Amino acid sequence: MVLPERRVYRHALPTRLGHWLTALCLLVLVMSGLQIFNAHPSLYWGERSDPDRALLRLKAVETAEGETRGITEILGREFDTTGLLGASRRRGPDLEERGFPSWATLPGDQWLAMGRRWHFFFAWIFVVNGLGFGLWALARGHLAHDLWPTRAELRGIARSLADHLRFRHPSGMAASRYNVLQKLSYLGVIFALAPLIVSTGLAMSPAMDAIVPWLPSLFGGRQSARTVHFVACFTFVGFIAGHLFMVVVTGLWNNVRSMVTGWFRVHSKEGLDDIT
Amino acid sequence: MTSPRRLSRRQFGVRGLQLLGVSLLTGCDALSQSSWFASLLERAEGLTRTVQRAITPRLALAREFTEADRSRVFPGNGTVDPSEPDYQALAGGGFSAYRLEIRGLVERPASFSLAELRGLPSRTQITRHDCVEGWSAIAKWKGVRLAALLEQVGVKPGARYVVVHCFDALREGGEKYYESLDLEDALHEQTILAYDMNDQALPVTNGAPLRLRVERQLGYKAAKYVRRVELVERLDTIGQGKGGYWEDRGYEWYAGI
Repeated sequence: MVLPERRVYRHALPTRLGHWLTALCLLVLVMSGLQIFNAHPSLYWGERSDPDRALLRLKAVETAEGETRGITEILGREFDTTGLLGASRRRGPDLEERGFPSWATLPGDQWLAMGRRWHFFFAWIFVVNGLGFGLWALARGHLAHDLWPTRAELRGIARSLADHLRFRHPSGMAASRYNVLQKLSYLGVIFALAPLIVSTGLAMSPAMDAIVPWLPSLFGGRQSARTVHFVACFTFVGFIAGHLFMVVVTGLWNNVRSMVTGWFRVHSKEGLDDIT
Repeated sequence: MTSPRRLSRRQFGVRGLQLLGVSLLTGCDALSQSSWFASLLERAEGLTRTVQRAITPRLALAREFTEADRSRVFPGNGTVDPSEPDYQALAGGGFSAYRLEIRGLVERPASFSLAELRGLPSRTQITRHDCVEGWSAIAKWKGVRLAALLEQVGVKPGARYVVVHCFDALREGGEKYYESLDLEDALHEQTILAYDMNDQALPVTNGAPLRLRVERQLGYKAAKYVRRVELVERLDTIGQGKGGYWEDRGYEWYAGI
């Protein structure tokens, strides 16, 4: 049976605007953040950065044969990551000492001052946009109606997870609404990960630390805040990878179009009164 | 169900996204080089300064730590041994001939020997130094409050900034290091000209004989090897006009973040 195709208005304008602004901000913030990280490509725990107590360190070493190798050191254990971490190529065949490779940083060359300019400009947009979206979602019921999972949905998490792993995704009208795993991951990103990355970022600011001295302490110190900021960054990268994967496997074009125009196409036999 | 038209449109979308990605990456580097975009990005600094200043109580202190919190080794960054002959001569004599000059928009220009500075009331603080590169180190600093010196010389009404001129150039024969603060930070309780670090005379690596400590901003504001303090109305006539050695090279004048 061929089900009739109909269009569902899935994403309100503030959602779409917020989504694309966030996407742009995250791209710039991650890449300029890695540029800033490269100025001192090590992570620590506590207030200080004692060189002998690094949790993670990206470095280049010269072998006995005069060869440059990129080394990633995690808790004292060394891994050869030549070409990607520690040492990579920018232009030409020679390996250069560089934490993250130039294709992952903004600007591509080592340029801390410009990396900071990009980072803080887009950090402001990220924060203002995030607060605006969060307040709108609260005030207009987007949070309560579309993002907050019901108790029945929460009981069905295991089922939903098993379905996702078997690539059995909701179809018909159900596909136009968020499923429980989507709801939880979006809620987690908006109300946990984003506030975490902003507050750990602010905890690194010496002026903020004079205003709210408990902020860096909350994370165990300024260097811990820097480490948590870094981990939160890669949690964002992981979320984006998963998000993009789901967008592709559940219908790239329909998904992208609905996030641009708002309209999502479903094949459903359900009545018109289901369409909001 | 999939029609050829549909397929090509999908491909078009994928190609478009790829193109967008690539042009974004190369475009961003081109944007970094363009002065109009750089100055757009620089607007964020003013916003950050305005907001942070608005929510900071003027007297808010940077956190002070305990003796046990100190770093075993406090890194020397930037210049670690100025090669300038005048500096080397002073260092050779144990800085006994050193005099800190204070001039510019002040009522009574003056100069102070190290012994005279040590004779003035002192402030000791154990604070965290946050480098713009990302590292942090904690040390104990003892010195004279900049506010106390400014009170002695009398700040003229037109003065808006305190410029600190240094002995060292990061590159031989290059521009000398300098920094500047507005009066709010210059008069702050924890803003000192430090002559001791961790209960010892300040080592050459860390800025002997005198370095600035500005505890609510990043480390590059805390100029080492201080030669002269000058009060000015504006910064654009000094150095390349941005208020500091690193500021002239693209870093923020307001380094509170």
